[in-house]
Amino acid sequence: MKILVPVKRVIDYNVKPRVKADGSGVDLTNVKMSMNPFDEIAVEEAIRIKDAGKADEIIAVSVGPAKAQETLRTALAMGADRAILVETDAEVEPLAVAKILKAIADEEQPGLILLGKQAIDDDSNQTGQMLAALMGRPQGTFANTVELDGDSVMVKREIDGGLETVKLAMPAIVTTDLRLNEPRYASLPNIMKAKKKPLDTKSPADFGVDITPRLTTSNVSEPPVRQAGEKVADVDALVAKMKALGIA
Amino acid sequence: MKTLVWVEHDNNAVKDATLAAVTAAGKLGEVHLLVAGANCAAVAEEAAKIAGVGKVHLADNPAYEHALAENVAPLVADLMGHHDAFVCPATTTGKNIAPRVAALLDVMQISDILSVEGDKTFTRPIYAGNAIATVTSSDAKLVITVRGTAFEKAETTGGSGTVEAVSGPADAGLSSFVSSEIAKSERPELTSAKVIVSGGRALKDADTFQEYIIPLADKLGAGVGASRAAVDAGYVPNDYQVGQTGKIVAPEVYIAIGISGAIQHLAGMKDSKTIIAINKDEDAPIFQVADIGLVGDLFKIVPELTEKL
Ligand SMILES: Cc1cc2nc3c(=O)[nH]c(=O)nc-3n(C[C@H](O)[C@H](O)[C@H](O)COP(=O)(O)OP(=O)(O)OC[C@H]3O[C@@H](n4cnc5c(N)ncnc54)[C@H](O)[C@@H]3O)c2cc1C
Repeated sequence: MKILVPVKRVIDYNVKPRVKADGSGVDLTNVKMSMNPFDEIAVEEAIRIKDAGKADEIIAVSVGPAKAQETLRTALAMGADRAILVETDAEVEPLAVAKILKAIADEEQPGLILLGKQAIDDDSNQTGQMLAALMGRPQGTFANTVELDGDSVMVKREIDGGLETVKLAMPAIVTTDLRLNEPRYASLPNIMKAKKKPLDTKSPADFGVDITPRLTTSNVSEPPVRQAGEKVADVDALVAKMKALGIA
Repeated sequence: MKTLVWVEHDNNAVKDATLAAVTAAGKLGEVHLLVAGANCAAVAEEAAKIAGVGKVHLADNPAYEHALAENVAPLVADLMGHHDAFVCPATTTGKNIAPRVAALLDVMQISDILSVEGDKTFTRPIYAGNAIATVTSSDAKLVITVRGTAFEKAETTGGSGTVEAVSGPADAGLSSFVSSEIAKSERPELTSAKVIVSGGRALKDADTFQEYIIPLADKLGAGVGASRAAVDAGYVPNDYQVGQTGKIVAPEVYIAIGISGAIQHLAGMKDSKTIIAINKDEDAPIFQVADIGLVGDLFKIVPELTEKL
């Protein structure tokens, strides 16, 4: 069985994003970029499934600029077997990404597709669900635990009230939540080895997918800034403040 | 414009998250509701009373009992034949279903809207709420999820909607519900609590979290939240997590105890009316957003505070 793992190159989660003064977006020049943290969890899960003897090959895919190669090399260094870069400098919306991924899935026929539940840049939380719809396959979103069981997969999901377990027929689409696993760091030897692993470059047109955006962003602004308030000296002062707020 | 709002429910009662979505939909046009579930006629009756509601579509079918996306998305897609916008609360249920509907309709979804600026124009947070984007859709139909804290809740009474039974596609046979672990609690739900007491990594372990955070929350009748670090370490269940990738809350008062204030945490609570922070590090970023701060050891402060309130 093959596992397909889409990964996205995004702003590093430790960087505080800065809005450009002209309202055209967030300034990414000279900003540290990394693999979307949820996608790292997806790569890790794929490796664990392969290590358990339940998959033969892990294919990492990224849709993005040439630099997304670095993200794919990270996936390869972690343990993916080969990579596909669908190169474009355009901003590609989740719906178009899902269409490209569907075309790749049609070619590769993976039994499982593991994606992050959301990318920490656009916070859309859509691609996995859209891919599942386009493929007519089941989806296990916000996965806390994934267990393969013959031709089905049990996914324990993190939901608002707690946890829910669903059983999905494979091929299935699973999106990762934070508690699924703790991703490994790639070791230096593995980083070296990853340089020799195959990385194919394609374009959205190769898959016949129209990536024209459906949404236009007319403005990006900073949210209202909260001002720091005051520090109180002790618990008595805090109690007095809380009484004034009417909550004590 | 005719909107179709997803009613969040547990087959017994309408959940609060629905109400903000109704308000958002009302800004677009006519509000129709969809109650999809099993033996959920009572939910439809209740939903019909929500102020401003027109028709309530009731899809009562065992296949819809657990709102499996594989089964309900085709139902919604069918109903969208005669609606212009599908509006979902941005709950885990909404986030699961709406994109599947959007893809079936070949529509690009607009996630987590904060405001309605026009027929097809909305604002939404990106980059953990560090930027707000104004986006306009060019699709024929809209699929939207609504951030609950950004819209007033519609009144639960005063409406006189009519309930109409609809049938939809049968079980898709792709997925099945196995089990759920839903904690029953007397406490207010995080997303509707007036006061929230949240604990972070500093609480050490599950027992210590219980010992220090719970009595204070009890005294205040508050909901209990946590940082990701506290959840990852198993102090509390996953659904306590407040933040960019957890729950978004905006209570009257949010009390952050032993939480540093990472941007991912702030993303989930910085719209709270008043923020109180207790932290031993006077330079902790949480103090940059806190209205009231107390620097010190929580293991001394919290018991004293609980006692004096
Ligand atoms: C993809 C991704 C998504 C994330 N999503 C979320 C999210 O949704 N929500 C979230 O919260 N985080 C999220 N995070 C994690 C976030 O980056 C931080 O790691 C996390 O919020 C830190 O939790 P904390 O403040 O409890 O722990 P820490 O940062 O370790 O802070 C502990 C604080 O406790 C204080 N302290 C210690 N001892 C005491 C004492 N005795 N008395 C008083 N104060 C004390 C310390 O001074 C410190 O400020 C996410 C991270 C990633 C990468």
